[in-house]
Amino acid sequence: MKFTEEHEWLRVEDDVVVVGITEHASEQLGDVVFVDLPEVGTEVVKDDEAVVIESVKAASDILAPIDGEIVEVNEMLVDEPGKVNEDPQGDAWFFKIKASDPSQLDDYMDEAAYKKFIG
Amino acid sequence: MSDLRTTPLRDLHVELGGKMVPFAGYEMPVQFPLGVMKEHLHTRAKAGLFDVSHMGQVIVFSNQGYRAAALAMETLVPVNLADLGKNRQRYGFFTNEKGGIEDDLMLANRGDHMFVVVNAACKEGDVAHMRENLADCSVEEITDRALLALQGPSAEAVMSGIVSETADMKFMDVGMFDSDFGELWISRSGYTGEDGFEISVANDQAVAFAKALLAHEDVEPIGLGARDSLRLEGGLCLYGNDIDANTSPVEAALTWAIQKVRRRGGEREGGFPGADRILDELENGAGRTRVGLRPDGRAPMREGTELYAAAEGGEVIGKITSGAFGPTIQGPMSMGYVPSDLAAEGTRLFGEVRGKRQPVSVAAMPFTPANFKR
Repeated sequence: MKFTEEHEWLRVEDDVVVVGITEHASEQLGDVVFVDLPEVGTEVVKDDEAVVIESVKAASDILAPIDGEIVEVNEMLVDEPGKVNEDPQGDAWFFKIKASDPSQLDDYMDEAAYKKFIG
Repeated sequence: MSDLRTTPLRDLHVELGGKMVPFAGYEMPVQFPLGVMKEHLHTRAKAGLFDVSHMGQVIVFSNQGYRAAALAMETLVPVNLADLGKNRQRYGFFTNEKGGIEDDLMLANRGDHMFVVVNAACKEGDVAHMRENLADCSVEEITDRALLALQGPSAEAVMSGIVSETADMKFMDVGMFDSDFGELWISRSGYTGEDGFEISVANDQAVAFAKALLAHEDVEPIGLGARDSLRLEGGLCLYGNDIDANTSPVEAALTWAIQKVRRRGGEREGGFPGADRILDELENGAGRTRVGLRPDGRAPMREGTELYAAAEGGEVIGKITSGAFGPTIQGPMSMGYVPSDLAAEGTRLFGEVRGKRQPVSVAAMPFTPANFKR
């Protein structure tokens, strides 16, 4: 698993990368009430806004961590946005992206480095 | 947060796991470990305890008695205060020469004087305003007392365990009662749309009193986050967001607070700042009106969202002043200003969220039914 400074986790499954947010991020966000997912087939460039999350506190963006094509989104979150608080590093993944340049993943932290990053 | 002021309950908030943030110059808890959503739902189901000690408590006294103090205050507030019954409280606002609202406040008849509670961010200005304009009255800001609110359906059972007489109080009654925590100044009112009490207690008794309330299994501490979603579901204005120095009471749909006696043809017509505009708008209406809004779907339309009459094209017709997700109604809710001819319940409008116009309907407020003890 890789981690970004934006508190996303990335899990590589064959040629697809699964993206979600960390426990730490989910705690900071507060109760999530709405998730706006991208459309399957969308081509994204690193740092494009991919998902909008609304919590009881504010709206936040999730950025595409790498270049690629969105190949699957987690429709469950549309009806059950609260899953993002319950199981952010498990069931509540947001989207799967087919990487156009897998070497972009090398820039990200491993779990030990991320833990150090959030202190 | 060293330059922030603190309330007597600050250390208790930290002990209870409160996440402290700066608010109106004070270090206040925005949420406790329960989280905003559960704190909100708990308050509607049982009872929530709020620290509102940052608000200003002021005694206005005239040696000519309550009525003289009330008549003086009527020169600043377009409300019938002189005829307010003893141990009764009323909502009002300070107006300015343009007919805008300088602050909203609670005013109580406490027999030989008036007791006033004003917003934290405005209190210095309000006290100066009263001192300058209330002839022959003394204006004393009370700084040695904390202010707590206990809100929710269990509030009566909890409060009457400490002061039994509070069970007989009705919505907007006030009283001063002896207790194990010294003299308590209690009103049956609040800012959530629920039944409940607001209680002023001496600073040095505040922690013991709060702990006694929290010892009841139905009571949880509640932060500013849930306070905001509760008041918005209750259709209540937040000064600085939904009303300000440029909104008139008629635009703000607060005309219910201006009794007949202060309107045109009334016994004490006008005589407050901005009366020309406000009295005229009371008869002829204002160009814009504060309304409740329910966006379609689940995404909240927050403060600042611009409103349009059509899905495409046209000018901005209004703006949202407060918006959030309502935990009780399980959906988004907002309030904002729209042209008065588009203010009818059910009118379809569009709010621009992240560059896209999303449908929203004008809706009745409160969004949740009020639960007051009348």
